[in-house]
Formats: sequence, C-alpha cells, structure tokens
Amino acid sequence: MSTLSYKKFEDSDSGVLPDKMTVFQDCLQAFNASPVQAKRCRMLLARLLRLLYSGDSFPSTESTTLFFSISKLFQHKDVSLRQMVYLTIKELSKTSEDVLMVTSSIMKDAQNGDITYKPNAIRTLARVLDASTVNATERLFKNSVVDKNQSISSAALISSYHMLPVAKDVVKRWTNETQGTISASKVFLTSPVANHEQYGSQNLSSFIYQYHALGLLYHLRNHDKMALMKMIQSLSSNNVLKHPAALVQLTHYIAKVLETDSSLAGNFESYFEIALQNRSDMVALEAVKTIVTIPALSGLIVKAIYVLDTFLSAPRTVVRFAAVRLLNKISLTNPENIVVCNGSLEGLINDSNRAISTYAITTLLKTGNNDNVDRLIKTIAGFMDDISDEFKIVVIDSIRSLSLKFPEKHKSMLSFLNDRLREEGGFNLKNSIIEAIFDVIKFVPESRESCLEKLCEFIEDCEFTELAVRILHLLGNEGPKTSKPTLYIRHIYNRVVLENSIVRSSAVIALSKFALIGDASINKSISILLTRCLNDVDDEVRDRAALALKLLSTEKFDEARAFIDPGFSYSLPILEQKLAQYVNGDEESFNVPFDGSNIPKISEDEARAYEYKEKLNSIEESIQKESKQPKEEVSEFAKHNLLQQQYAQELSSIPELAAYGDLLRSSHVVDLTEKETEFVVTCVKHIFAGHIVLQFNVENTLTDLQLDNVTMVSEPDFEEFVEDFVAPIESLKPQTTGSTYVSFTRSETLEGCLFTNNLTYIAKEVDPATGEAAEGDEGFEDEYRVESVDIVPGDFIVPSFAGNFTSVWDSLPNPCSSVFNLSDAKGIADVVAKLIKDSSMSPCDSSELVGSHASHTLKLFGKSINNENIAAVIRFVYKESVGVMVKVEAKSVNAELGTFFANEIIV
Amino acid sequence: MGNVFSGIFGKLWGVNKEIRILLLGLDGAGKTTILYMLQMGEVIKTKPTIGFNVETLKYKNISINMWDLGGQTSIRPYWRCYYADTAAVIFVVDSTDKERLETARDELHTMLKEEELSDSALLVFANKQDQAGALGASEVSKALNLVALKDRSWSIVASSAIKGEGLTEGLDWLIDVIKEEQM
Repeated sequence: MSTLSYKKFEDSDSGVLPDKMTVFQDCLQAFNASPVQAKRCRMLLARLLRLLYSGDSFPSTESTTLFFSISKLFQHKDVSLRQMVYLTIKELSKTSEDVLMVTSSIMKDAQNGDITYKPNAIRTLARVLDASTVNATERLFKNSVVDKNQSISSAALISSYHMLPVAKDVVKRWTNETQGTISASKVFLTSPVANHEQYGSQNLSSFIYQYHALGLLYHLRNHDKMALMKMIQSLSSNNVLKHPAALVQLTHYIAKVLETDSSLAGNFESYFEIALQNRSDMVALEAVKTIVTIPALSGLIVKAIYVLDTFLSAPRTVVRFAAVRLLNKISLTNPENIVVCNGSLEGLINDSNRAISTYAITTLLKTGNNDNVDRLIKTIAGFMDDISDEFKIVVIDSIRSLSLKFPEKHKSMLSFLNDRLREEGGFNLKNSIIEAIFDVIKFVPESRESCLEKLCEFIEDCEFTELAVRILHLLGNEGPKTSKPTLYIRHIYNRVVLENSIVRSSAVIALSKFALIGDASINKSISILLTRCLNDVDDEVRDRAALALKLLSTEKFDEARAFIDPGFSYSLPILEQKLAQYVNGDEESFNVPFDGSNIPKISEDEARAYEYKEKLNSIEESIQKESKQPKEEVSEFAKHNLLQQQYAQELSSIPELAAYGDLLRSSHVVDLTEKETEFVVTCVKHIFAGHIVLQFNVENTLTDLQLDNVTMVSEPDFEEFVEDFVAPIESLKPQTTGSTYVSFTRSETLEGCLFTNNLTYIAKEVDPATGEAAEGDEGFEDEYRVESVDIVPGDFIVPSFAGNFTSVWDSLPNPCSSVFNLSDAKGIADVVAKLIKDSSMSPCDSSELVGSHASHTLKLFGKSINNENIAAVIRFVYKESVGVMVKVEAKSVNAELGTFFANEIIV
Repeated sequence: MGNVFSGIFGKLWGVNKEIRILLLGLDGAGKTTILYMLQMGEVIKTKPTIGFNVETLKYKNISINMWDLGGQTSIRPYWRCYYADTAAVIFVVDSTDKERLETARDELHTMLKEEELSDSALLVFANKQDQAGALGASEVSKALNLVALKDRSWSIVASSAIKGEGLTEGLDWLIDVIKEEQM
C-alpha cells in the first residue's frame, strides 16, 4: 500500500481521531463480508488501532464482537493484513473475552507461518494464552527462542517475559535455550517491519536479542543466587555481549549483586574499566553510575570522573545532562575529586538547557572548599541577575547547604543571601532565602547577631505577611539571647505601629519574650509597650497583650516562663497517635482528661540534632530519589520515635517487665544470622534503668517444620549480668516470625558484655496439607547456633546536637583515649559510617563527610540514657600498608561512660 | 489493476466464486484431519483445536473457505459467532463413539435451528469407517434423527479421513447442491 493511498483514505496528521462508533460499524461490516477485501480491512484495522493506541477502549461486549469479526480475517492470506490482525488482537486481548478462540490459528502461524508475521504471531500468542493452554506451546517457544532469525528469537524472548506471571514454571523449561541464545549470533533481516527497532547505529541493533535474553534469564534465575552469580560473572568476563542495552542491563545486575555483597567488587573491576571505554555512551554512563553508587568500587572513581569530563562537552544534550547529573552526585560525597572538571562545569553554566546549567552551578557550589568558596560565590553572584526566580531558588538551596558545611564561611554567604533578599523577587524566592538564613542562625550560633540584623532590615519593608510573622517569631526566640536585646525591641515595636493585625499580634508575642531576660529596665519598657497594645483595634492583638502582661506581672516567674518559652516540644507523631487513641475511645475514657504527661518531650537540642541530620540528608536524597523509588515521607526522627513507641508497647505486654520502669533506649536491629538461612534471627537490645532485655526475632523460613517452645540461651561473659527470666515463643509455625525475650539484671556500671546465643526449640514436622503438626508427634529437641550479641557503648547513648562543638568539648571533664588499628578496613569513609551508626551519636561540624582518603577527624556528640553529655573526637589515618589507624578521644560527665566509650567503641 | 480485471472475468466465468463452509462436530471426530486431507491430501498430526483452523481450497473452480471449529465443550458455544453467510455445514461424527451420538444429535439440531443457517446445506460424514465397530451411515443417520430435518438439503456419507475415503463424494454432492440452490 503506498503512502499516497493511505493519505487519501485518512489524513493521519490531522490529529482528529476517527469516530468510534463509525469505526466499529465499518469494521464489523467489512470483516464479516465475503470475500474479504484485504486492503480495505487493513485500513479499517489501522483506524481501529489508532483509536486503541490513543487510549480509547471498547466495552467488553463490543470488544468481543470486534474480536470475533477480526478472527474471520484469518481466512485471508495477505501478509500485511495478517500483521494488522495480530496487532489488533494484541490490543483487544485486554478488554475482550474469549480471545482463546484464536489460539490454534496463531499457533499454526507461529510454527509454520510466513517469516514476516511470525514474530507478530508469537507476541500475540503470549497475550491469548492462559495457564491451561501454555503447556501446549513449550516446543513452539523453544524452537522460536533458538531461531536463527533474531526478530523471531526476540519476539519469543519478550513473550516469555510477559508469560512469567501466569506460567513461570513453563517458561523455566526453556532456560537452557535462552542461555544459548545470549551467545549465539543471529541473522538480522532488514525488513521494513523490524526497522523501528533500530536506534542509532544499525549494526549494533542486530544484537538486541541479547538484551531480551539477558532480562529473561535474570528473571528465571534471580531466586538462585549461585546460578545468577555464575551467569553474571561469565557474561562480564568473556565479552560476549555486544548490544549496548544488554551491557547496560548487565551493569545494572552487577550493581545489584554488589549492593548485597560488596566483597565481590574485585571480580568486576576489569569489567568496569572496559565498560568505561565502551564506544556507546550509555554503557559508559551506566558504568560510571554504578561506580559512583557502589562504595566498593571507589577505586575506579578517578577514571570514571575522567570519562564524565569528556562527556561534558559532548554534542548530545542528553549525554551532557547525564554526565553533569552524575558529577553532581559525586560532589555530595567526594567534592574534591571533581575539581578537575570545574573548568568544563563553568562552561556549562550558560548551557542552553536549563537543567544542565542548574546542575552545573549546584555541582560547582558543592566542590567549594574552605579556599575557593568565596570565589565561587562571587562567580555566581555575577550572573544571578540573568536567571529566573525558579532557578535562583535552586542556587539559594545549594548555598544553604554550603553554609551548613562551612560554618566559618558564613559571612560571605550571608552577604550573598542578603543581597538577594534586597533584590526584587516573588514569595517563593524570598521564602527560600529566609529559610536559608534561619538555618544559618540555628546551626551557626556565632552568626546570630548579624543575621538578626539583616532580618530586621528586611521586615522594615516586607510585603509578605507570612514571612514577617516567621521572622518576628525568630526574633522573639533568638533576640533575648543576644548581647543587645534592646536593639530588636525597637524593630519589633515598629511592626506593632505599622503593620496589619496578623503581624501585630505576632509582634506582641515576640515582645513578651524579651521580658524573660529578667532585666528590670527592659521589663519596664516592655510593660509600657504592651500596655499601649491594649488599645489596639484588633481583638487578637489586645488578647495577646493582656495575656502577656498578666503573665509578666505574676509572682511565679518560672511558671510564666514555661508558658511563654517552654523550651521543649512534644513528639508530634506520638502525640498524634495518643490523641487519636483518646478520641476513638469509648465514652468512659472521656471522663478522664487527656493525659499529656507520658508523651515524650523533645528538648531543643535533641530536635536540632535530628533536624540538622535531616537537612544534610535531604540534600542528598533530593538527588538520589530521582533514581530510587520514592521513599516514605516519614522523617527519620519520627520513624525512630514510632519504633521506640512500638517496642515499648510490645514490651509492656510482658507482665514481668512492668516493674522495670520506662524503656530508656532500644538499639537498632542487629542481624545474628545470614539472611538466607533457614531461621533468620535478629536482635534488639532494650535498656531499662536496672535491666537489659534482649529481644530475639526469629523467622522460620522453612515450609515443613514447626518450632515449639523456642527460647534463646544467652550466656553473658560478665558475671555482673544475672538472668531474670526468659519469655519463649510457644509455637512458631512455618514461614512466620515471632519474638522471644531474655531479661538480665544489669550492673550499675556502664560496661560492655558479650552474650553467646544458642537457639533451642522442639522441632515438629508439619503436614503440608493441613499446615498443622501431626497429632502426637513428640518432636525432637534441637538447637541452632547464632552469632553473639555485644553490648556496646552506643546502646547507652542517644544522639544530641551541639551547635558549637569546640566549646562543648572544652567544657566536658574526664578525658580518656585509646588507639586502634583496623588493618582490614577498606577506607576511612566505611569506618566513619559504621562508627556513627554504632555510637548512635550525632556527628558535628559536618565531620561525617569524609573529604580526604588519607586522614579525617570525626566529631560526635550525644547524651547518655541518664542525660549526661558525652563527646568524642575520633581521628583517622589511612595507609594502604597498615589499614586505618584510629585514635578515639572521649570526654563525658560520666567518667565511666567515657572510658567505656573510648575502649569499646571499636570491637 | 490486474486484480480488477481478474475480478470481473472471474465473475463472468463463474470462477473465483468464494463460499464459506463450516466443519463442525464433537471433539475428536476428525474435523481437522478432514480439513487438511482435503487441502493438502495428506494426514497430519493434530492436537485438539483451541479455537479454529481456516483454510482456503479450490474445488471445481470454486474457492472454498473451510472453517474447522474446535469441538470441545468449552468451544462449542462460539460456533454461532461464525454462522453468518455460511453456504453449508459439514457435520463430522465419530461413528465408533456410540455413547456420544446422542450429544452429537442434540448439538446438530440446536445448531440447525439458528436463523443464520436456515439456507445452508448439510453434509454429515460418518467418519472413522476404517476402525472396527464403526456404525454404518444409515445407523448414524438414524441415531442423529436426520429424517426429521425439513426444508433442507442434506446427505450422509460414510468416510475415513485418514484413508481419504468418502471425502470427495461428499464434497461433490455438496458443491452440486450449493451451485444449484445458491448461485
């Protein structure tokens, strides 16, 4: 059919869809006619497909009618018509019933049909088969998979893939054929039909079946770790794969393997080196991406960055984008490595593609270090005028994270932010600038006064009520702590005179906080100012002023303080949970007022520690979440709290524990077995005032064995720990999880202890039919050795935030130090990450970011379960010959804890 | 252009006339074997037909679209989707399967009641005559109660698909009836 006649029939460019009912009627008429007019039917099918592809669909009955009329077209031998029939049936199979009716006809075509429509037949076959008919096609699929013609082979592979959900067992039967296909070389027919599969260069696309076979094979093997490993290893070493898509996919699989077991990285290094040099940019980019994400491959990062640098000047936009995006990712962890690319990055600042230029700027900012930050900010300030608000916000955000990383450089950043604040801009831009300044105040205490001054200037002429209110709130909180609080009082009172009622009422609250300083003269003037507010025209303003005056005039000054400036906030997720419980309770529960006393309160320091951690993380996540599935929108802090809450509830169901008092701390989950063993055991350590409870979660992964009376025999190596009781799992059915508890009285001193663990149980065979253990089966006693549990310093510590680490460090007594040598450590970054997790303290001064491979200093701060501060400075030196050398210095109010920490933090 | 002329000439000389014939019957009666025997002249290995097979055969200057629909219970309800424009029905009976003759009779009579088939001729093949214990054509005819059929040209022929016996006789009769009645 010539293009011309097609156009005459219907102008496909017109963009107007054909009428659905007309198409339906025309189709029925033409398809049922005898003899069949192939050309007309083909055109009608094209119209029908156009409707279906544009998202339209027919109701089930119409669809079925159409399907039966289309099935009549099988009587015509026209090759193109047959292809169209297959395409249409494939689409209709989603909505119409009884598509099984064409099975025999399709199978005939798929076996002996014309080469042109054979692949179409195979693909359609996969859509009409169901679990009962799929068995009959085994031979057909086996033959097609190994067919010399790659269109047929590919069609069979992809169809197998689609059949996996309905008939995995059947598809498994042609695993060997699939395996053989990967390395076979096949004929590529340059028929017009296959043309659409060619992207880019022609000869490479002739290996596309490798990609399809690899994908199928992975799915068939991914339950079997050994077989999978073998496949990946052989494919990565023998250079069989030619198609770029297949290589990208293989790289992807390698990354997955390395994520679970990084010790295998060495086997793949040469593969990655070759991949980086691959002439297809997508293979090289995927290799770089993997090298960047898998820490075990960090040895290759310099080579990877070199590849990226050359890509930065690639003519194709998408390649430049991918390269700059990866560099941005590297800049989060290893900014110093990409300094070599700075020249190319600066060239991209004015790239015509906005996404590229944005990434280039933020990446450049991340490469900032103490020496070049000022210069970078100047460069960026130079072109801020040329870019849109939206884009400015991105820049402001990266400046914000930069200021957290380099607190000592806050001056130049503040002046940058301040300049932006003065320029014209919409609410979103101003808001992000204000947010940035707020963060600087919070986390860089010494910047407070200059920041507040800038903000005061800003609210003198601020058109956004919301921002003015927030700034006034901040002034109320931070102003009284400064050396000259009176300065801010004037600014705040100006608002009372000049602004709208919303701003006025928040100004009143802010003013009242200044009275808490306790200076008599200030108090007097505040009282005078507040008294004037009593004449305000707005109710809210008058109310607030009256309340503040009343509180200030009261004798019990501390009580007033608790009202005006409580200094803590409730844990919101738990408060919400408790309130919901209360509201959903029966009528009786309303007789008692809601009890807020058992909701954990968070002091400002704790809240800040978490907030700081999240701020730094969020910057990383915003980049990472593009590649990974969206994470749960629950903050880490809230999750931690909820988990703690959950543990507390679980533990409260054990009567013996009632007398132990409050749960002080629960450790994170420790794995005691490999994840693939028959019984998967994990442990959580719960610390009470005088006791320690070990919770063992046991998962029975077997399908035919039930475990009764499951207990953990835990033996401490330290006599001071005395076992109190054991709470066994009565019965653990196949494929379920249960928890057993062992409780010990712990020594008053904070000391470590090693518990060796043995899981004991009575095993009973289970009848798979009923899922119950056989009657009268006595079972047999057995035991299962799991790894031991260590009580570490981190179990007694909760993270906390120190705004000024140096001063906190200097103020703490009882210094104590020790030195370790970790000869088998891979690098400093690994050790740092592990230490932060183990110690459960929060890193200060961005010291969790390891800048250099040779040496690093980690600063940690936390509080013990008895609320005593503890700080640690840990220095690392790395030499390839000796591994990582660590010097731990700890200081704590509690000398015992400090010693314990210094001696045992590294085990 | 060539197509147009051959179309016109075809009509003039009575060649290339297309007719539809349905090949029906219970499962395992031998429909698919008959279809390919007629088309290719050889016995092929068959599997139960899930759906249908359709082949075009030239017979005495007539082009026949022969539809072989699966005979399994699950597929029989779909027969009716293919009744329209049918010149004739060939009903195949397994003459050795005495237990299911009754079922075959019911299916046959239900089918023939359909409006769309009121003008179609009926040919019954009493198939599998090569096997021992096969009923003769007259016995099958009696069991199917063919005499009850009114207003319809029908015939029954004893056949053996794998030996190719009886098939051409039956088809000859059918084509003659169709030529006479419908062309």
